[in-house]
Amino acid sequence: MELCLAMLTPGIMAGVAVWGLARGVDLWDALLQGAKEGLQVLLRIAPALVALLTAVYMLRASGALELAGQLLSPLLERVGVPVETVPLLLVRPVSGAAALGVGAELLSTFGPDSPVGRTAAVMLGSTETTFYTVAVYFGACQITSSRYAIPAALCADAAGFLAAAWATRLFFGG
Amino acid sequence: MAMAWVWTGMVVVSVVCALLTGRGEEVAAASMEGAAAGVELCLSMAGVMCLWMGVMEAARRSGVLEGLSRLLRPVLRRLYPDFARDRQVMDLVSANVSANLLGLGNAATPLGVEAARRMSLRTPGRASDSLCMLIVCNTASIQLIPTTVAALRAAAGSQTPFDILPAVWLSSAISVAVGITAARVMARLWRA
Repeated sequence: MELCLAMLTPGIMAGVAVWGLARGVDLWDALLQGAKEGLQVLLRIAPALVALLTAVYMLRASGALELAGQLLSPLLERVGVPVETVPLLLVRPVSGAAALGVGAELLSTFGPDSPVGRTAAVMLGSTETTFYTVAVYFGACQITSSRYAIPAALCADAAGFLAAAWATRLFFGG
Repeated sequence: MAMAWVWTGMVVVSVVCALLTGRGEEVAAASMEGAAAGVELCLSMAGVMCLWMGVMEAARRSGVLEGLSRLLRPVLRRLYPDFARDRQVMDLVSANVSANLLGLGNAATPLGVEAARRMSLRTPGRASDSLCMLIVCNTASIQLIPTTVAALRAAAGSQTPFDILPAVWLSSAISVAVGITAARVMARLWRA
């Protein structure tokens, strides 16, 4: 199982490369083009990350995050979500860059392979920036009556957070 | 605009909290640290991000997107019964889901928005059940290889940044299933 997982990403790379070459794709160009896009994405989010990580670090240093955690801890403990992930739960639906910033802060404080770090990473990986997405779609279609789209989307987010905490415990124990 | 409020809120709360708890100096130091950390984070994420976006671009050009779309179409028809016969909309929706699965966000959004626009033509100004379903599916994450998260873990020094994949898949699947179920149930409630 562990070997399978370790070989998954190199396996995908090899598989895509062989399949691409067999299909006559200009593989090298595709790799470079994708990497270039990756840099563009980073360049696009870098200014927001600088601003938001500043705010996140300030919140952490001021003790506001611990306070929020303490307020919500009775509820979160009951459903098995680590209290330290509270800031992530709050910003995830609103801003992707802010969520990334909070996630990075959690990973560096608790360690990427700690239970909190893993839970935060799984939460980030299994949820989306709900309000942003809703705004893009409704804006594009000029929808004025959104009916149940937002509550249903938030149900999916809540389920994602709970499931992330549960799945992390399932696969990594603790 | 919304982000301005979020950011201002975060900064004001930290300043007020720092004054109340007497942690002014820590907050001042943290504000400088955070700005540097933002730049460092981008740099340390760059390697894994670029590599995987390259691999996914190669997969896209090799026709993986079309293959996935074809596989998904029968399932998606059941999710959007009102548009099951609309070839163009179903093509857009299945391409949108496939691009989301591969993590090609830049490709997925225009496809999804175009599908949404066509759906909205039937019910102008009001989100139909199908349109709500499309939005719920796009606000849930279904990425097979969560590149950004893996890059984030690699940047934080993880030796095995991809070991969370099964957990991500499981919780994504649960989240999407709950979203679809919620949309179905609410569609009945909202009808009244």
